[in-house]
Amino acid sequence: MSEARQPTEAELQAFADGRVDPDQKAAIDAWLAEHPDEAERIEAYRRFDEGLRKLYDPVLEEPVPGRLMRSAGVRRSWLPAAKAASWLVTGLAIGVLAGWQLHEWRTPPPVAADPAAVMARRAAMAHATYSPEVRHPVEVGADQEQHLVTWLSKRVGAKVRAPRLDEAGMSLVGGRLLPGESGPVAQFMYQTPAGRRITLYVRAEARGHRDTAFRYARENNVGVFYWIDGECGYALASADLAKDELQRVATLIYKQLD
Amino acid sequence: MNEAERLVELIPRLRRYARALVGDRATADDLVQDTLERAWAKLHLYRRGTDLRAWLFTVMHNVHVNRVRAARATDQLEEDMPELAQRAAQGDALLVRDLDRAISRLPDEQRAVLLLVTLEEMSYDTVARTLEIPIGTVMSRLSRAREKLRAMMLGQGATRLKVVK
Repeated sequence: MSEARQPTEAELQAFADGRVDPDQKAAIDAWLAEHPDEAERIEAYRRFDEGLRKLYDPVLEEPVPGRLMRSAGVRRSWLPAAKAASWLVTGLAIGVLAGWQLHEWRTPPPVAADPAAVMARRAAMAHATYSPEVRHPVEVGADQEQHLVTWLSKRVGAKVRAPRLDEAGMSLVGGRLLPGESGPVAQFMYQTPAGRRITLYVRAEARGHRDTAFRYARENNVGVFYWIDGECGYALASADLAKDELQRVATLIYKQLD
Repeated sequence: MNEAERLVELIPRLRRYARALVGDRATADDLVQDTLERAWAKLHLYRRGTDLRAWLFTVMHNVHVNRVRAARATDQLEEDMPELAQRAAQGDALLVRDLDRAISRLPDEQRAVLLLVTLEEMSYDTVARTLEIPIGTVMSRLSRAREKLRAMMLGQGATRLKVVK
């Protein structure tokens, strides 16, 4: 075996992609057995390929936004039928995904559970649940903002406010009450004129939780900035905004709620 | 099934590739939208019986190159966020997240080749036709992309140990 011919770099790449014929494969296997460093390199490439698929394949299951359907020449009159079909598929996918996500989310984090990180996860999940809603994104609309804020403050058990985000080009859609880890939680939803949405998740913080700086996490395509400030914990989530845009909004909120 | 219907059927794949290519969802969908509009307008140029997917990805590639060029002309803002996240993740999840970042740091042309090979599972030949480059260039970019990723992943592993408490 020691006279095994050294494969070319292109052959090694094809080998990593599983695109060589059996004879070639046997020869390269033999060569790699004698060159552990190279074997490790090729093995790393395969792990990356697998990682890339894990990262991006979930996009295939996402519902296709209406604007893309229209750009692809799908006439409006087709849309209801097309949508119904896509929602049917999506419904199945969501069922499967929800099962998977619940499993993921139920698995306790390996390190001692950081309460703020738990909040970020819940905020991401709540965002993923409500932000795609077309007809019922919120329980109480922005037209009853005063009532909304009073109600949420009372239920959450802390003074809750809906920050103004006009400066970021976002207006309040409304809010809703959600079950949290240790009590009710408020969720405010905002959107741009183009329909890009963010949600602000607010919970009362137990005494003894110290203030934290901004932290960022990403859960299944939802980016979350979260922090604890005084008696409340906040998590700002969006699947539509880039990280830097989201950070700008988080900073704006932080300044207002100070 | 006519071309228009197949175009619609390919949207999820365009979105997957775009997401991996540019990172965030909104920008990626903008790219897909521009691509579809252009493809729809140019559909008469598509030759029946040839590979519609490769044709569509070529359209996307050209749209992307133009957008990147336009963006560079207007501003040089690099996405350079201070590292605020303290992630609790291990094993696979850690690999996948670091990979997300590493892939965004690859040179555009290398990233395109790697993604078409791994995500689209295109043959090297089809990648060459799609990106309109020689097959030798496909192979060398593929090799360089993977080697760069490996270097970054090894490097990140090292810095992470210093960062994690």
